[in-house]
Amino acid sequence: MPELTDFSLADLSAKLKSRELSTAEVASAFLDEARSTNGKLGSFLTFADVAEDVARAQQLLDSGRAGPLTGIPVGVKDNLSTKGLRTTCASKIIENYIPPYDATVVTRMKEAGMVTLGKTNMDEFAMGTSNENSAFGDVRNPWDLERAPGGSSGGSAAAVAGGQVPLALGSDTGGSIRQPASLCGVVGFKPTYGRVSRYGLVAFASSLDQVGPIGRTVEETAWLAEVISGPDENDATCLKDGKISLEGLKTGSLKGKRFGIPKELFTDSAQPGVLAAVRAAMDTLAKEGAEFVELSIPEIQQGVTTYYIIAPAEASSNLGRFDGVRYGIRLDGDGHEDMVAQTRGKLFGHEVKQRIMVGTYVLSAGYFDAFYVRAQQVRAKMAAGFEAAFEGVDAILSPTSPCVAFKLGELSGDPLALKLLDYCTIPANMGGFPGISIPCGLSEGLPVGMQLMGPVNADEKILNLAYLAEQAMGAQAKPPKLA
Amino acid sequence: MGIPLEEVQHVARLARLQLDAGELLAFQSELNALLGHFSDLNEVDVAGFLPKPHAVSLVNVFSSDVPRAGLTRTEALDNAPVSKAGLFVVPTIIED
Repeated sequence: MPELTDFSLADLSAKLKSRELSTAEVASAFLDEARSTNGKLGSFLTFADVAEDVARAQQLLDSGRAGPLTGIPVGVKDNLSTKGLRTTCASKIIENYIPPYDATVVTRMKEAGMVTLGKTNMDEFAMGTSNENSAFGDVRNPWDLERAPGGSSGGSAAAVAGGQVPLALGSDTGGSIRQPASLCGVVGFKPTYGRVSRYGLVAFASSLDQVGPIGRTVEETAWLAEVISGPDENDATCLKDGKISLEGLKTGSLKGKRFGIPKELFTDSAQPGVLAAVRAAMDTLAKEGAEFVELSIPEIQQGVTTYYIIAPAEASSNLGRFDGVRYGIRLDGDGHEDMVAQTRGKLFGHEVKQRIMVGTYVLSAGYFDAFYVRAQQVRAKMAAGFEAAFEGVDAILSPTSPCVAFKLGELSGDPLALKLLDYCTIPANMGGFPGISIPCGLSEGLPVGMQLMGPVNADEKILNLAYLAEQAMGAQAKPPKLA
Repeated sequence: MGIPLEEVQHVARLARLQLDAGELLAFQSELNALLGHFSDLNEVDVAGFLPKPHAVSLVNVFSSDVPRAGLTRTEALDNAPVSKAGLFVVPTIIED
């Protein structure tokens, strides 16, 4: 008899609708599991009082207005505003912040009857690829507790992989949903920029940030994408017809589908085991009739550099709001400017300060054109390269991460090594493209992720192709039980 | 070659970050390492490409012209480290 926390969401939803289970029982089962394993995983920073969400979900069920995710628990990355529930961005500077409002995605999950179990750990202000930049402790990968879960949505990915929640929200600025999903062996989806509201997401790099779901399967992940997507008056960058439709999710076949294979994403800088797993997955898709087209988008090679100019530039501006005046902690100083500088200097972590420094530098007089403007031109050329490539294929396929999960501390001495881990994922943020990572086998006993990217607004097609690929590849290995 | 320490100090001041001597040296070395890679960008011929500041560009986004409630004063002040008489309190900026 499988445990309740292992049930598919379709089964859970059916049992909730037939009254075999109550919303309180489902929430308790996951909450007990999450609390008992959190000492090992470190994936949750704060647990919520679920009573209100549970009651709302039960009401929806009792009045016959339940949807597929009514009563389903969810973890929320700690950079999304949750009214009355502490939201820290894993930073000391706002470690006591209680938001006065909900992010739009949180409001939509409430309306759908979902139950927020708590807030998940992350790299401070979403800056990192290993989750080691959290001010409140490491997250551990459920596949091997000595290893990192990836980042920055490492807590959300580890919580789903470790069975603490069936679904979680992350945010993705350069790969922060897809890369940890890859390292933890779960599904992570970054929607097209603008199909999900950023209202209530603590801004890191506003032209790149996007909220998205992490789940155990493509279908369950897509359900959450549907719930959170759609236009929002509170976010002027939200697309008018952005609601994600699941109508065609499970239709069609891979026969005749064309996947672009950019040679720049299959280089020797990726681990041989990762490339082998992705190529084996391609062989499986080929047996179903998928076709592969080799292509080249040279600007991919400048992606990481471009990202580490644009993202810090935007961050240096966005993080200006943390000044010890309106929220968070204030440290004393000699006058106003010193108070602000002491507060920021002592309470931001090293990585955050580094990015603010880089961003301030590239935006400062004399360097603006050489770095910032040029990076935006390279961004334009890279996006154009992808758009041209998308003309001839249904999606672009690649590894999600050049490596499997690495040991905690293994890369932390090298400021560049960790930044290179977003090499395959950054292009989607640069162009606003949808991207998904799905598990595609193991290397060295650790999960490998395969990424699919499509043009702007091809979210439905990418989810459909990911679903078909997942079906073709069959059941994937699961991490060892934690208990 | 590289960024002199005075420039690192200048950037820290612009960014309103109080850094100790050790941190300044660390950031000097990290900034130099990162900036060394930024020259990659010169390898790309960007002629004809306008800067792309947004992922997906929209024009003329209007919200409906209907009043709606915002935060109350109390809600807005709830998270303030120091507040008084319904206002945020900051250290003195202009002396008497």
